[in-house]
Amino acid sequence: MSLEMVQFHDAFFEEAFESLDAMEKALLDLDPGSPNAEAINSIFRVAHSIKGGSGMFSFNEITSFTHTLETLLDELRAGRMPVTSSIIDLMLKSTDVLRGMLRATQHKTPIDQQAVADLQFDLEQLVVKGAAFGALTAVAPDAAPAVAAPTAVVAAAAARLPRPDEKTWQIEFKPNEQLLVRGNDPSRMFAELAELGDVELLVHTDAVPAFADLDPELCYMTWTIILTTDLTLDTIRSVFEWADGDCELSITEAIGMAPAAPPPSAAAALAAPVPGTTAASPPKAVAAEPEADKSTKSASADSTSIRVSIEKIDELMNTVGEIVITQSMLMQFAQSTEQPSLDRLRTGLTQLERNVRELQESVMRVRMLPISFAFSRFPRLVRDLSQRLNKQIELKMTGEQTELDKTVLERIGDPLVHLVRNSIDHGIEMPEARIAAGKSAVGTVYLNAYHRGGSIVIEVGDDGAGLNLERILTKARAKGLVAQTDTLSDDAIANLIFLPGFSTADVATDLSGRGVGMDVVRRNIKDLGGTVELRTQQGRGSSAIISLPLTLAIVDGQSVAVGDEIYIVPLVTIIESLRLKPGMVSRVVGRGDVFSFRGDYIPIIRLHEVFNAQPRHHELEKGLVMVVEGDGRKVGMFVDELLGQQQVVIKSMEVNYKRVEGVSGATILGEGSVALILDVPGLVRFASERIAA
Amino acid sequence: MNPNGHMKTERGPECAAQQVLTFCLGAETYGVDILRVQEIRGWAPVTRIPQSPTHVLGVLNLRGSIVPILDLRVRFSLEKAEFTALTVIVVLSVTTAAGRREFGLVVDSVSDVVDIDAGDLKETPSLGSRVTGEFIKGLATVADRMLILLNVDELIRRDMEQVEPPAMAGAA
Repeated sequence: MSLEMVQFHDAFFEEAFESLDAMEKALLDLDPGSPNAEAINSIFRVAHSIKGGSGMFSFNEITSFTHTLETLLDELRAGRMPVTSSIIDLMLKSTDVLRGMLRATQHKTPIDQQAVADLQFDLEQLVVKGAAFGALTAVAPDAAPAVAAPTAVVAAAAARLPRPDEKTWQIEFKPNEQLLVRGNDPSRMFAELAELGDVELLVHTDAVPAFADLDPELCYMTWTIILTTDLTLDTIRSVFEWADGDCELSITEAIGMAPAAPPPSAAAALAAPVPGTTAASPPKAVAAEPEADKSTKSASADSTSIRVSIEKIDELMNTVGEIVITQSMLMQFAQSTEQPSLDRLRTGLTQLERNVRELQESVMRVRMLPISFAFSRFPRLVRDLSQRLNKQIELKMTGEQTELDKTVLERIGDPLVHLVRNSIDHGIEMPEARIAAGKSAVGTVYLNAYHRGGSIVIEVGDDGAGLNLERILTKARAKGLVAQTDTLSDDAIANLIFLPGFSTADVATDLSGRGVGMDVVRRNIKDLGGTVELRTQQGRGSSAIISLPLTLAIVDGQSVAVGDEIYIVPLVTIIESLRLKPGMVSRVVGRGDVFSFRGDYIPIIRLHEVFNAQPRHHELEKGLVMVVEGDGRKVGMFVDELLGQQQVVIKSMEVNYKRVEGVSGATILGEGSVALILDVPGLVRFASERIAA
Repeated sequence: MNPNGHMKTERGPECAAQQVLTFCLGAETYGVDILRVQEIRGWAPVTRIPQSPTHVLGVLNLRGSIVPILDLRVRFSLEKAEFTALTVIVVLSVTTAAGRREFGLVVDSVSDVVDIDAGDLKETPSLGSRVTGEFIKGLATVADRMLILLNVDELIRRDMEQVEPPAMAGAA
């Protein structure tokens, strides 16, 4: 392929994946009873544009598959076929298969031909049936759609009287054996012919060998088709365009040939699957399981570009425009010969400061995406899983427009999937059990996202049975994670399942599944600088509350001084700062100092000791104690004094150096020097380890 | 020499020769491959990194990236010198397994850029240098002086890929 085309591949794949997501969403919204015509149209457009794009890049498998899909959609769109939930299921599966094909093509790995062929066959079967339905309703509109058997094609065709301008054509269609291998399917062509006029089909099965000699990938049959239509020869030929070169085709006008009663073999050919797919069907059930897993992972596919709304770009442009104006204003002050008044200069600088802050915010906003990107996969997941488990589950999502940083968004997907799966699998009970418990048979799984302070909170919960606390506690005691005599609150017990090594063997059936433990969920969330905790109520359900930082790149910081060094403490971790009075501090022998704070005894860590710095004050009463919280524990951090509060841009220490204990990163201060940002949870752990030691 | 100026390398027609930036450290002259040199800048106070080895002085802001600064005197166990107006930081950039890393070396002064033919490079004798052998690529004689050619890749690998601090890093 020419180099020029290759450069558009990425754009095609990106767009195709996006359209597939849209298609999936539209399919999930589609109501089998009263389908929304616009929704079907939009699904059709997706299939059509993917077909067009893949055709342009010669991704022939994708073109062929989408063509089939498109044919089916066309039937639905024209109302020739009812939208049933089985069709929706099939089309949802098609989006999975298409995604797989696209991904395989993108990464130049082999396409799962089996899955594609199976599904393509199923779709074609539907189209053929659909054509039958269409023909049948044309004659007898009140006929029940359920009775539309393939034989009806022929029967219906025979029943209609030819119009005067109609001609009857006899088409001899002799595909060569490779036809199916190339992704062409005669039944699809016949369905297309059926759209042109009345079709009578005769299949010649003489060449089909004995079963033992049968190669399921080859086509052994030939067909004679009698078509009555008012369309031209060229139109008829165009139907066979796809098979051009793969078949012998002769189309002759059969004058005066009355449509004969269909030979029984024709019906048999339509009803029986084409040999190419009979052998292929059984493995499908096996393939379904990994497929579902794949679909949930699709969102984690590495995307290096970002789609930004025009609104945000315009905002950015405006801000930059203002900065340019302010800058030229300041330049004028500098160039004017007369001494510019200090006041005007100050005003200009204040304006510049405001502009720059706006610019910073706008740029940050570009990186922010609504959480619906992470939520979008759940309707499908819930639908699939609930069907598989025979549970009735309703998914409620709120706060989908809550925005968070792209990096956070990409990495929160998998933990969320795990939690939602747990809720469906282990949380929601079977309908009978729910009714017995006095609840509605339909369980609810909810996803809720909102802002709280400087963080984003995502709640994943259900109204199921809640966690089996007794069992967790027994397990924890057996594993020695909790002392036999300890009594724990319900929430404390629930949170035990986050401990590494907890989700094993016999508990796995009850609490988690599929290999990834809850400790991985917690670790993933922690890596993002977030926290997660579980709440549970016996018989009322359980929920996981995830708290994430708004962005990984910028943090509100409090600068503190230790000697002549400056450190930044993330503002969210600070509870309060106070100056200790003599007598507030007690020394626990060998364990360091503690002080009483709102009824708690809080250990004190001297930052200068941990960091080996030269402080200005050694006495606790002279400096300040900052109460900080990390990992759910509080410590008092002794520093010399508090400086200002400011937003700081987090820079990694690891890019050029390595991880430093107690430091989460560095930032550049106004005057250009570097200040280190404290890793408060790390320091808290350090303090508690030292005290416990 | 302009302490803040960028070093521009001009590769001569003779490609077998290697251009080397030489600098002084006490009485000895050292050299580094000039293609590794990013820039040379005057000494500026750095921000100390807690719990780091003594030869890691701290980090510096180099146009927005955080760059660790190493004191080569301390690294090579020479007596510590006062930082003067001549003290410079040679910013080097090396490609490691973990990607491109930048770091600065504090040296007494920068002297010259010299060409060294590959053939002029001598094996390091096992005695007579304070520097541990693996940091030295070889010795060369330039204008009757011995030049110690440093293996900066090895030097940086040692410092940046030390074992993670055990206590807290594992839990995070």
